[in-house]
Amino acid sequence: MKVNWARLRHEWLGNVRGDLVAGLVVALALIPEAIAFSIIAGVDPQVGLFASFSIAVIVAITGGRPGMISAATAATAVLMVTLVREHGLQYLLVATILAGVLQVAAGALRLGGLMRFVSRSVMTGFVNALAILIFLAQIPELVGVPPLTYAMVAAGLAILYLMPMVTKAAPAPLVCIAALTAAAIVFRLDVRTVGDMGALPTALPVFLLPDVPPTFETLLIVLPYSAAVAAVGLLESLMTASIVDELTDTTSQRNRECVGQGLANIGAGFIGGMAGCAMIGQSIINIQSGGRGRLSCLFAGAALLFMILVLGEWVAQIPMAALVAVMLMVSIGTFSWSSISKLREHPASSSIVMLATVVGVVLTHNLAIGVLLGVLLSGLFFAGKIAQIFRVRSSLSPDGTHRAYIVEGQVFFASSDAFLAAFDFREALERVTIDLSRAHIWDISSVAALDMAVLKFRREGAEVSVIGLNEASETIVDKLGIAEKPGALDKLMGH
Amino acid sequence: MTMVLACIDGSIYSHSVADHAAWAAKRLGASVETLQVLGRREAASSDRSGRIVAGARRQLLEELATLDAERAKLLQRQGRLDLEEARTRIEAAGVAAVATTLRNGDLLETVAEREAGADLVVIGKRGEAADFAKLHLGSNLERIVRASTRPILVTSRAFHPIRRFLLAFDGRASALKAVDAVSRSPLFAGLTCDLVTAGAETAEARQRLDAAAAQLRAGGMTVSARIAPGQPDVVIGAAVERDGADMVVMGAYAHSRLRSLVIGSTTSELIRACNTPIMVYR
Repeated sequence: MKVNWARLRHEWLGNVRGDLVAGLVVALALIPEAIAFSIIAGVDPQVGLFASFSIAVIVAITGGRPGMISAATAATAVLMVTLVREHGLQYLLVATILAGVLQVAAGALRLGGLMRFVSRSVMTGFVNALAILIFLAQIPELVGVPPLTYAMVAAGLAILYLMPMVTKAAPAPLVCIAALTAAAIVFRLDVRTVGDMGALPTALPVFLLPDVPPTFETLLIVLPYSAAVAAVGLLESLMTASIVDELTDTTSQRNRECVGQGLANIGAGFIGGMAGCAMIGQSIINIQSGGRGRLSCLFAGAALLFMILVLGEWVAQIPMAALVAVMLMVSIGTFSWSSISKLREHPASSSIVMLATVVGVVLTHNLAIGVLLGVLLSGLFFAGKIAQIFRVRSSLSPDGTHRAYIVEGQVFFASSDAFLAAFDFREALERVTIDLSRAHIWDISSVAALDMAVLKFRREGAEVSVIGLNEASETIVDKLGIAEKPGALDKLMGH
Repeated sequence: MTMVLACIDGSIYSHSVADHAAWAAKRLGASVETLQVLGRREAASSDRSGRIVAGARRQLLEELATLDAERAKLLQRQGRLDLEEARTRIEAAGVAAVATTLRNGDLLETVAEREAGADLVVIGKRGEAADFAKLHLGSNLERIVRASTRPILVTSRAFHPIRRFLLAFDGRASALKAVDAVSRSPLFAGLTCDLVTAGAETAEARQRLDAAAAQLRAGGMTVSARIAPGQPDVVIGAAVERDGADMVVMGAYAHSRLRSLVIGSTTSELIRACNTPIMVYR
């Protein structure tokens, strides 16, 4: 493989100062998220923290989108809740490794290009559903708790939203957490803390093999979770990559990103971390803070682990209310509020796709299912729209014995009924001409419809001749590369 | 119609690039395309608050786009001025057909794209941001010389009329190609050539040198051929000084990237050591 040194140097060292500063801001914002997502998944905070460290460091090196931040995420955490509850942490680690393997395979098979079938509406539905899931995950911390918790969450939100109006030099989530932790310690407030939620790391992560029986049953248990994690991880990563592309006006290597995410999950699984992927919110924070290169993600991961090891004792005393406040901000910031005001403005089909994606996710707590639903719906809507580009004209010869039908437009499964309905079989004719040279026959449904039309005319005693069939059926031959042939596009548009 | 691609960047080398391009175009009867590539824009916001407000993505995108747009407009205006200046200079030197091209993007990629229609690429030894005191080469130069498939004229700081040139000859394929190209090119017709091989005097080296000299003489040049012992960059540098050559011609990088990373590259050394313009053949 030819190494492009100049590109490598640019990606790593093109923006050292900006990357280090942004990496630090991101690391500070990652700590509460990694802990919160571990709690969502039902595992010790250390699982999410180790995952965030290893995923950030590995993706920085192997990923295909410099400037994007990857770590333990809510999207993957919500998928693993039942696996952890029913089978325990060790199975989660196996599922993480297997998800990584699936992602590497997806990258090797160049499935990154499939993202083009995920429409804008589905993406909007995805981020909205993600925001709702993050919000829902905070409810256990907000229901049936002492009134003091509400006061602390409110204070936290006030700091998060008001502080940046005064200064943008220091990360607001850090100040929020520090202030609430200090208040809890100084006033000896009796609130739940991060330490109550499980073990925090006290040492560097070590390589370990998950302790599960290496049987086929194990594989069957984890495979559905792994497949969902792999799919959701790639979706969110590629979606984030295109957001970063947009923000920085550069391009990313999608298939390399798939492989990178896979390797990162494999690495995370082997050091006792849960699965993760790219993070939309953190990547925006990174770009906002001036991060552009690979260094920022690497530094964010390394700084996160360093701070946790040094500050572990203090981290354990962070009140859960502070984390809830930060997560509420993340949820509010992730939600696409403009999509609500645009519900009426956008075509109904787009709005339905978006809402279906959201509903699908919220009902199943599985982003992959919601996205699949959205993609299917948008495909159907699209087929419905294209089916309208179809018209049949006809003319009768002066003696009334010969009718020529001229078919124009797209004939495929969604328009083949309309195609058949356009012929008047009851008309007594001697000869019928069906001119297809300005139509496209896309699939076997339309071939069957044409056969049926010819047959019906014959039964009524007419001689049928079909002209232009060769040109029309060129598209059926499933050569998707047709548009690459010289003049093919003109043919598709023109005849 | 042959074409000379002149890469301008607004540095003090731009005038020299224009002059050298004009010289080459007149000798070749070629047209000139002056090219300036506006580099990547790296706008950064200074928000370290780590917050994501509602609609953060939209907001940030607009902010970055505004920053980029302002910078791009400035760069573009400056780029057009630089290009016009170069065009005027080349036209004043007597070349009629001068085109100007202003592009956004990576210099290397753009040159690779534009050089397809060119017969010669002219580029300054150092760029806008280079540090002269350290004799560092421009960061883009080596990349371009390595990647290019065309002959490249690396210009010195100012143009001097070219009457005598030195051909650094090591007998390798790229040097043979350089000899062949020089002997047939109108660029060098009628000039005086010093054909120099750095290294030990062996029968084989002498034989190759004589063959090359004969080929150059057949092309209508006055040739003096010799072998001088020593390191190529030292020997060639000294020979340029002594004979007063106005230009150095050589074949390009023979080593792999990795090897030159460790032991250094003669081509880069020569480009660094010589104060004359240097013509590099692939």
